[in-house]
Amino acid sequence: MYVAVKGGERAIENAHRLLANVRRGDQSVPELSLDQISEQLGLAVDRVMSEGSLYDRELAALAIKQARGDLIEAIFLVRAFRATLPRFGASEPVNTGAMRVQRRVSSTFKDIPGGQILGPTFDYTHRLLDPSLAEGFVPEAPAVAEASTAPTPRVTDILGRDGLIETSPQAGDGASVGDLTREPLNFPADRDLRLQNLARGDEGFLLAMGYSTQRGYGRNHPFAGEIRFGEVEVELIAEDVGFAVPLGAIELTECQMVNQFKGSATEAPCFTRGYGLAFGQSERKTMSMALVDRALRARELGEEALAPAQDEEFVLSHSDNVQATGFVEHLKLPHYVDFQSELGLLRKLRREFAESTAVANASNAMKEAAE
Amino acid sequence: MNAPAYNFAYLDEQTKRMIRRAILKAIAIPGYQVPFASREMPMPYGWGTGGVQVTAAILGPQDVLKVIDQGSDDTTNAISIRKFFAKTAGVATTTSTDHATVIQTRHRIPEASLHESQVLVYQVPIPEPLRFLEPRETETRRMHALAEYGLMHVKLYEDIARFGHIATAYAYPVKVNARYVMDPSPTPKFDNPKMDNCPALQLFGAGREKRIYAIPPYTQVVSLDFEDHPFEPYRFNAPCALCGAEDSYLDEIVTDDKGSRMFVCSDTDHCEGRQAAGHRGALSAAPYKDKAQGEANG
Amino acid sequence: MTTIAELPPGFADKVLSAQSTFRSVMDAMARPGSVQRIVPMAGTAGPMMRGTAAIALTLFDHDTPLWLDARMSDSSDVLKWLKFHTGAPVVQDTSIASFALISDGGALPSLERFALGTNEYPDRSTTVIIQVDALDAGPSFELRGPGIDGVATLRASIKPFDLFERLRINEALFPRGIDVVLVADEAVVAIPRTTRIVSKGA
Repeated sequence: MYVAVKGGERAIENAHRLLANVRRGDQSVPELSLDQISEQLGLAVDRVMSEGSLYDRELAALAIKQARGDLIEAIFLVRAFRATLPRFGASEPVNTGAMRVQRRVSSTFKDIPGGQILGPTFDYTHRLLDPSLAEGFVPEAPAVAEASTAPTPRVTDILGRDGLIETSPQAGDGASVGDLTREPLNFPADRDLRLQNLARGDEGFLLAMGYSTQRGYGRNHPFAGEIRFGEVEVELIAEDVGFAVPLGAIELTECQMVNQFKGSATEAPCFTRGYGLAFGQSERKTMSMALVDRALRARELGEEALAPAQDEEFVLSHSDNVQATGFVEHLKLPHYVDFQSELGLLRKLRREFAESTAVANASNAMKEAAE
Repeated sequence: MNAPAYNFAYLDEQTKRMIRRAILKAIAIPGYQVPFASREMPMPYGWGTGGVQVTAAILGPQDVLKVIDQGSDDTTNAISIRKFFAKTAGVATTTSTDHATVIQTRHRIPEASLHESQVLVYQVPIPEPLRFLEPRETETRRMHALAEYGLMHVKLYEDIARFGHIATAYAYPVKVNARYVMDPSPTPKFDNPKMDNCPALQLFGAGREKRIYAIPPYTQVVSLDFEDHPFEPYRFNAPCALCGAEDSYLDEIVTDDKGSRMFVCSDTDHCEGRQAAGHRGALSAAPYKDKAQGEANG
Repeated sequence: MTTIAELPPGFADKVLSAQSTFRSVMDAMARPGSVQRIVPMAGTAGPMMRGTAAIALTLFDHDTPLWLDARMSDSSDVLKWLKFHTGAPVVQDTSIASFALISDGGALPSLERFALGTNEYPDRSTTVIIQVDALDAGPSFELRGPGIDGVATLRASIKPFDLFERLRINEALFPRGIDVVLVADEAVVAIPRTTRIVSKGA
C-alpha cells in the first residue's frame, strides 16, 4: 500500500541537525576560531570577500566556517547577507597609484621606479609538501627594512606619459557608475558593468577564459605590465560636508595588462589595456580578469569577436558562480511532474513507432509471400 | 560583528518598490518579460528565488499562503519556502488551494479552479521561450519586439515531421493576449488550459534570469499549435489509485523492483480533499482520517 | 513656508501601509475599471489627494523620475513633501518620467509626450496618475481587455473629458503605450494600455 510522502518538514530539520554535527566533526578536535581562519586561511577569506562583494574579513571567515570550507557556498552566504544591507552611496575611485605596496612586480621592465617588490608570494617556492608545517611550526621572523618613501608610479602611467599606451578609457563627467546588483544587466553592457561582473566572477571560470585567450581563442598578446598588492584608502564624498571623508583602508590586488597595440591611418599605434582588481591578495583572479577584460573590449577596439572569451553575453551570463551553482544544483530538486509528462510522450511515440514498424513488416511479409 | 536584521517578508522596502513597479508593468503588458534587479536571496538561484521575491513583494499580514512543488505541499522545497515566509512575514499558511490568497508554485497549477481573490505566483527557471532556439538575449528581445515567432513554429513543425507530434511535454509555449509568446514555466502541458481566461492573477518570477511577467485575470492564453495538429492536453489512461479522480494530473509511483506501478494525483490537496469527501480509488487505504493537512496551520 | 518638521507625515507604518496600497494598485491594474480602495494612512500636501500620496509613498524613490503638472509643481508643499518622503527627482522632460502626477486633467499634455517605451523595452514607459472628481458617479464607460471578464462598466467624472479617446493611441502603439491610474481621494482605478473602450454612455 502506497502512503503519500509526508514528514518532509522533520526530514529537513534532521538533515540540518546532522549537517551541524558533521560540520563540527570530531568534537575532541579543537574548534576553529574565526581568527584562525582569517589569519591562516587568508587567501580563502580574500576570495570570499572578492566574489562575495563584501569587504569584511570576519564575516567572510564565518561564512567559510559555516560552509565547511566550500568557498562557493561561503560566497553565497556573504552575497545573501550583502543584499540586505542599506546603501549609502558610492566611494570616490580609489587611487591605486598611492597604494602602500606589499608586493609589486612588472614583467615589462627590468626595474621600475620604486622597485620590484616580491612580497609574500608562492612564486619561486618549490612545491614540495613541507612536513614541518604539520604542527608547531614557528616561522623565522621576516626580514625588515626602513619603509621606502619613493613613489611607486603605475607602469601604465609611465608608458602613458610617452603615449605608448592608450589613455585609460574614462567615463563621462558626472556619469554614474552602473551597479548590476541594483539594475538588471542589459546587452551590450558598458565596461563599468563588465568589470563589476568580472570582479564578482568565479576565479576558476575567469582563469579558464583568460587561459583560452592565451591559447589562441581570441589572442591579444598580453604582458603583465604590473601586479601590485597593498593597502589603499577609501573615501566617500559626504554631501552635507561637501568633501571626501576617509572611510578606512582596504587591501587590494590590481593587475594592469599591456596588450597588443592598435593603430590606424589616423592614429599612431599604441598598446591597449586589460584591467583586473580584487579584494585582498588575489593575483590569479586579477590576472585572469585583466585578460578577459581585454578580450571583451574587442568590439570597442574594432577587432573581430569570434572566440568565447570575446563574447560578452556568453562571458557575463556565465561568470557568476552563485548563479551557476544554484541552477546546476537545482537539478536535484524534484522534477517528477515534468518527467512524467516526458515519459508519457515518449511511451506514446515508441508505441506509434512499434505500430508503424509492425505494419511495415506485415506489408513486406505479404509482398514476399506474394512473390 | 554586523549582526543581520531583516525586514517584514525579508526584502528591504527599496527592493520591494522596485519589484512592485516591475509587477505593475508586467500586468500592463501581458506576457512581456520585465527586467528587474533581482536580489541575492538566502536560497539558491534556481530554487525559487524569483517566485520568492514576487511573493515577498505582494504578501501582507492578511494573506494566507500556500506553497507547492510538483503539486504537493509536502515536498522539501515547498516546505522550505513556506517556512521562510511563516518566519519572515508571520503569515498564515495553508495547504488548501481554496483558502489560500497567494499560492506560490513550482511545476504545477492546482487542479481546483482558482478564484478572483487569489494570486498564483510561478517560480520560473528560464523565462525566455525562445532561449533554446536562440541563446542570445539581444536576438530574442528583437524577436519579441517584432512579434517574429517563426523560429518557434519551425521548431514545433520539425517535431511533427520527425515524431508525428509536437514533442514538447512541459514548458509548452503559449501566446498571451494574441501578442507575446510566453514560457508557462516548466508545468506539464496538461496544465496549459488552466491559464486561459483564469479568474486569478498569475505572476511569474525568474530570479537568476532577472525577469518578471504576468497574465492578468480573464486573459486569452493559447497553446501554440497548427490547424492540422491542434494542441492536445496530456491524458492519463488510469484514474488516481487513491481518490479515483479521472481528470487530474497523476504521478507514476514505482512500487517494487518488478515494474509494478501505481498512479496517484500530483495535487495532494486535491486528492486528500476528494478522499475526505468519500471518493475512493482502487488502492485507497482505510477511510481518510488525517484531515489536519487541509486546514490552515499558520 | 512649511518647514520639514511641519510637513504632513508619510506612512505611520511604512512597511504595511506600502504593502496594502500596492495590493490596491496591483488589483486595480489587474482588473481595469474596477474601483479599489486605498486605506488612507498618510498625510498629504497641497492639491495632492490622499490616494495619490499613498501611491507616491509606495512606488516612488530615487530611481523614478517624476513629472508634475503645473498645479502640482506650483505647490512648494507638494515639492517638499515628495522630496522629503520619496526622494524622487522631479524632471521637466515628460519623456523620461517614470511617473507623472496630474492634478488638473484639463491641462493634461498630449500623451505622446510621455515615455511610451520601446518595442524592445515597452516597460520603460510613464505611468500617468490623474486625479479626477469621482470614480463612482458620472458618465459610464464600457471597457474590455485583459483583466476584464467580458465588459466592465466604470462610472467616472473625469477630466480631460476625452481621456479615453486619447488613450486610443495605445491600440496602435502596443506593446508600447501609456498606463493610467485614476485617483479620486481614496478610490483608485487603473487603465493599462491593453484596455479598450467599447462605448461611452451618459
